[in-house]
Amino acid sequence: MANLSETGISRESPITTNGGDTHDSERRWRERVAKLKVTPAKTSSGIELDPLYTQNNRHGELGTPGEYPFTRGVQPTMYRGRLWTMRQYSGFGTASETNQRYQWLLAQGQTGISVALDLPTQLGMDSDDPMAIDDVGRVGVAIDTLADMEELFAGIPVGQVSASFTINSTASILLAMYLAVAEKQGVPAEKIAGTIQNDILKEYVSRGTWLFPPAPALRLIVDTIEHCVTHAPRFNAISIAGAHFRDAGATAVQELAFTLADAITYVQACIDRGLNLDQFGRLLSFYFYTHNDLFEEVAKYRAGRRLWARIMKDRFGAIDANSQMFRFGVVCGGSTLTAQQPFNNVVRVAYQLLASVLGGVQSVFTAAWDEPFAIPTEQSAELALRTQQVLAYETNVPSVVDPLGGSFFVEALTDKVEAEVRAIIDRIETMGGMVPAIEKGLIQREIAQEAYRHQMRIESGEQIVVGVNKFARTEPEREQLQLYQADPQIGERQRQKLAEVRSRRDDAKVKQTLARVAEAARGSENMMPSISEAVKAYASIGEICAVLREHFGTYLEPVAL
Amino acid sequence: MDEHRIRVLIAKPGLDGHDRGAKVVAYALRDAGMEVIYTGLRQNVEHIAEVALQEDVDAIGMSILSGAHLPLTRRLTAALGERAGEVAILVGGTITAQEIPAMLEAGASAVFPTGTALTEVVAGVRAAVEKKRAQMSRGRG
Repeated sequence: MANLSETGISRESPITTNGGDTHDSERRWRERVAKLKVTPAKTSSGIELDPLYTQNNRHGELGTPGEYPFTRGVQPTMYRGRLWTMRQYSGFGTASETNQRYQWLLAQGQTGISVALDLPTQLGMDSDDPMAIDDVGRVGVAIDTLADMEELFAGIPVGQVSASFTINSTASILLAMYLAVAEKQGVPAEKIAGTIQNDILKEYVSRGTWLFPPAPALRLIVDTIEHCVTHAPRFNAISIAGAHFRDAGATAVQELAFTLADAITYVQACIDRGLNLDQFGRLLSFYFYTHNDLFEEVAKYRAGRRLWARIMKDRFGAIDANSQMFRFGVVCGGSTLTAQQPFNNVVRVAYQLLASVLGGVQSVFTAAWDEPFAIPTEQSAELALRTQQVLAYETNVPSVVDPLGGSFFVEALTDKVEAEVRAIIDRIETMGGMVPAIEKGLIQREIAQEAYRHQMRIESGEQIVVGVNKFARTEPEREQLQLYQADPQIGERQRQKLAEVRSRRDDAKVKQTLARVAEAARGSENMMPSISEAVKAYASIGEICAVLREHFGTYLEPVAL
Repeated sequence: MDEHRIRVLIAKPGLDGHDRGAKVVAYALRDAGMEVIYTGLRQNVEHIAEVALQEDVDAIGMSILSGAHLPLTRRLTAALGERAGEVAILVGGTITAQEIPAMLEAGASAVFPTGTALTEVVAGVRAAVEKKRAQMSRGRG
């Protein structure tokens, strides 16, 4: 890989009054260093690093914050205007238990809600589906019908708190449920702020909650975007996520490249539908993992802003600045957390948070230290939230916009990440775009192989993980871990609840609305109105998905190692 | 000891779609000279048992991150029925040390919690398979 210092954009050196002196002193430094033994260093993506960057490293277009190409930030004053949203991914058991956790988190100063849904809900299965039995309420909250969603937000003013849903295949149904809850709380849809993840392409690659084949899945996504443009213009209809590529093994560069390639696919699909770019462009947001390589993460987010602005403006012709803005949330933790010496995870997450904020993030989820074992306890969740609050209120870090802007190193690294991401996007285009590349299993294989190489580097000791392959304990782990214990009765309780809803709803109405969903699926109209009607009649997620599956079919996974 | 190449079925039971661990382990076992078959996502354990017996594998490696490892292991053991003695069940994922005895009780030959080194996984698979083979040859003898 090329050396960073050689890859800066070639331009004449800036004329400075002491230009000659700095060149001389840099030459002397290089002569001295040439005689020394310097340990080579690379970023986590394999970019080689110089030990020093100077004013002779050129850099790309910066502009000012809040203006194209947004390298320095999407808002003019960033955190002086408003802090990032502290949004802890949370959900388990039934809606009533999760509602209590949300109330508690909000009381602790959390500023947004992030809904973790259980796998049956994510896969369009009811809690009484035989395939779902072991997974009800395990990794998130179980939602079968609108009744569960009502309970989930009971006592939470949805007009004031934004909610984000990690939901993909069934995002249209969950969106319909959330808007129905807002309606019942008397809040008009145009006042509702929040996000549905709604990014199916990365599910095919790395998270696995796919349901329908790409074409109908993309149709549903465009339907939800179109619906939000018209009815809920403050709701981010899609959060294009690189986080799951990253946690599956992708490097920071791959993560950003694959995400932008997905985003290009979605934008094109919306344009093909005839949607107005400057109306839907501002509803797109992004989601990433911040891992441990601090400056590379900062460079990734700065490069991401510049790349996205250029893609939207130069490639698609977006005029409105709001549609050129790369607004993103992050999660800190994930695969960087270790089961060994688990309290070290608190430190990792704090550094990742710092990198995210230095990178100009809009919302952050800091994972709890016990995530390698179980979903967090109230105590570990509290510490994770406090980690954000300490950075926000005690360190003064948020006071200045893009504090690393102009750093010789960070600017050079930003340019290098940008160039490498662009090269990967170009390569994906030669494969025909993201959809064919995924259907052939190419992206999946690249990520899995990278994950394996990473693991081998850890096992060989080339990549140091404190407490794992260095400074590891020889005696057994001494932490007395108080971990979350799943209530074994959750599945049964949820199934009873579902049975009650089924017994008291109007069956004729359910049947009639499901028939409307089928009719819409057969045609080409927007699916959202018919799905909303079915949801309001308390049709279950499994019932609605059974209808959709019948018309859309099921995705066939390319199983490849 | 029987020298024939160890055959392993790597399986993702249940609904969890995080397959990084499954794939990394598959690569490691393959690099260690074993034959590896991967099921892909969202397999029910009855199907996994069926494939394992059809493919005549020595071991099934289940990767589970959803927390449902105990019921899934019990059900795989049940699904293998009387042939459970022929196939080693290995389980990896978010499993705590305290849960290991219950996992072994449920029919797992070995458990590899998050953070286990690949060298340990490879050695563990080999040991479990050798043990099963030794038990079987004693049974036949």
